[in-house]
Amino acid sequence: MALVPAITDIEQLKDRPAVAALLGWNAKAVTGAKFDRDELSIYVARENIRDAVAHLKSAGLTDYMSDVTCADYYPREPRFELAYHLLSISRKERVRLKVQISGDDPVLESITGVWPSANFFERELFDLFGIRFLGHPYLRRLMLPEDWEGHPLRKDYPVEGFR
Amino acid sequence: MGHLSATPVVDRTDDRTMILNMGPQHPSTHGVLRLLLEIDGEAVVRMVPDIGFLHTGIEKTCEAKFYQQIVPLTDRIDYLCPMVNNLCYVLAVEKLLGMEIPPRAVWMRVLLAELQRISSHLVWLGTHAMDIGAMSVFLYCFREREDLLRIYEMVSGQRMMTSYFRIGGLAMEPPIGFFQAVKKFIDNFTEKIDEYEDLLTGNRIFIDRLKGVAKMDAEAAKLIGLSGPSLRASGVDFDIRRDFPYGGYENFKFKVPVSNDGDVWARYVCRVQEMRQSREICKQALEGMPTGPIKADAPKIVLPDREKMKTQMEALIYHFKIVTEGFAVPAGEVYQAIESPRGEMGYYIVSDGSAKPMRVHMRSPSYANLQALPQMCEGKLIADVVAAIGSIDIVLGEIDR
Repeated sequence: MALVPAITDIEQLKDRPAVAALLGWNAKAVTGAKFDRDELSIYVARENIRDAVAHLKSAGLTDYMSDVTCADYYPREPRFELAYHLLSISRKERVRLKVQISGDDPVLESITGVWPSANFFERELFDLFGIRFLGHPYLRRLMLPEDWEGHPLRKDYPVEGFR
Repeated sequence: MGHLSATPVVDRTDDRTMILNMGPQHPSTHGVLRLLLEIDGEAVVRMVPDIGFLHTGIEKTCEAKFYQQIVPLTDRIDYLCPMVNNLCYVLAVEKLLGMEIPPRAVWMRVLLAELQRISSHLVWLGTHAMDIGAMSVFLYCFREREDLLRIYEMVSGQRMMTSYFRIGGLAMEPPIGFFQAVKKFIDNFTEKIDEYEDLLTGNRIFIDRLKGVAKMDAEAAKLIGLSGPSLRASGVDFDIRRDFPYGGYENFKFKVPVSNDGDVWARYVCRVQEMRQSREICKQALEGMPTGPIKADAPKIVLPDREKMKTQMEALIYHFKIVTEGFAVPAGEVYQAIESPRGEMGYYIVSDGSAKPMRVHMRSPSYANLQALPQMCEGKLIADVVAAIGSIDIVLGEIDR
């Protein structure tokens, strides 16, 4: 399977169920979409992420939350790109929601109210990236001791740590 | 943040209760898991898991390595099934590269991944039964696991940290006698499983300790993120091998054991059935093993054979380039999920077009399964906590990474 160029035009992806559902729900919340290497990503505005995840769940398009993670594009701004990997067990389909947030104000709404399974994943991001989730029930460091300084998975944190 | 204590502290919510600290050195927590239990007599009121004792920053280390150097790191995540981790990682990178690998390598990968599933379940069965009090099963399970470890040693030179899969294929051709050894193992394995079942399945004490304990229904299991055999034991018929076939699983026929009870017993039954199915897959893989190369024809990515490297100038140059500079991977991101013995193992890799990944994230199944533990145990007896921990089959190396 040779690589095919990614489709980044949202017009061409309109008929995908997840894209159509989100566009029909709130077209302003969707800031872009990408179909690359057989994987669909939908970019969602920061303030809408919780509702977008909740909408996909209540519309029956996803029934399982696989993973929440983040990548640091330092020094670019917006610096962080969060990826929510959602899965539909009944429809056998995966979809990735992406949110871009800036480094000055890394705050967004927690999705633990929709998917309790996001609890540990969001705590891990708080611990290792320093992203704060509003409405998280127990937002404390998970991997590192509570008196640790800095967030190791940020790109400006040296691999060997601060000496 | 000096005013905070270095580890979480749980306060009592009631005068009647007390706080009990379980772990991190408790034998039945299967590693360095610490559980803070608030108990009222024998009943668990609240449970707070505390993890991170084994955190080694593998995800950060990956960002400083070439793509091919990460394969040995993935062994260390889930040390009970290193080849399954290797498989997930190499599949993700191959997806990023848009690479096709030869059929013999595909089939070998399936064969080895299923053998790893058997050996991982054997460790689970032995330790789980030992937690419950059936000591002898442990010895039986480790007898068969020893045979499997010898097979891995044959093929990769290592018993545990195998690092046998490579981006673009396998490290080397399996040695003479390997397929006979595998055949001998799987021919005898059915009666070995019967032996375990003789010891446990009809055992009154074992049944009483497991039935109806730590129940989880399908809806709750999906919400909290259970996956793998634990999810199937709750009545969700989902197996990534069958529903999102990867790495050649579409060529194999197998059943997915599902149970509707959702208790520890159901998880036991599902896993034992799964071992029998893995044996079936191994059998099919042995019978249909194709011949041909074990590495893809991609000289810029796959290291040349030792022989060629020492006799041909071109191969030597490629070898030098790959080892010193790595190979560039086209920019993009992938999430590759596979069915590990514990559940959905996923690798999320972001490439920026250079020879080192920008981000490698491992979605480890134990990590998500552990979240379900408080829900399973709260309101239940403290003795059942041990059974519940065993039933979700966690590996702390993969939780803490």
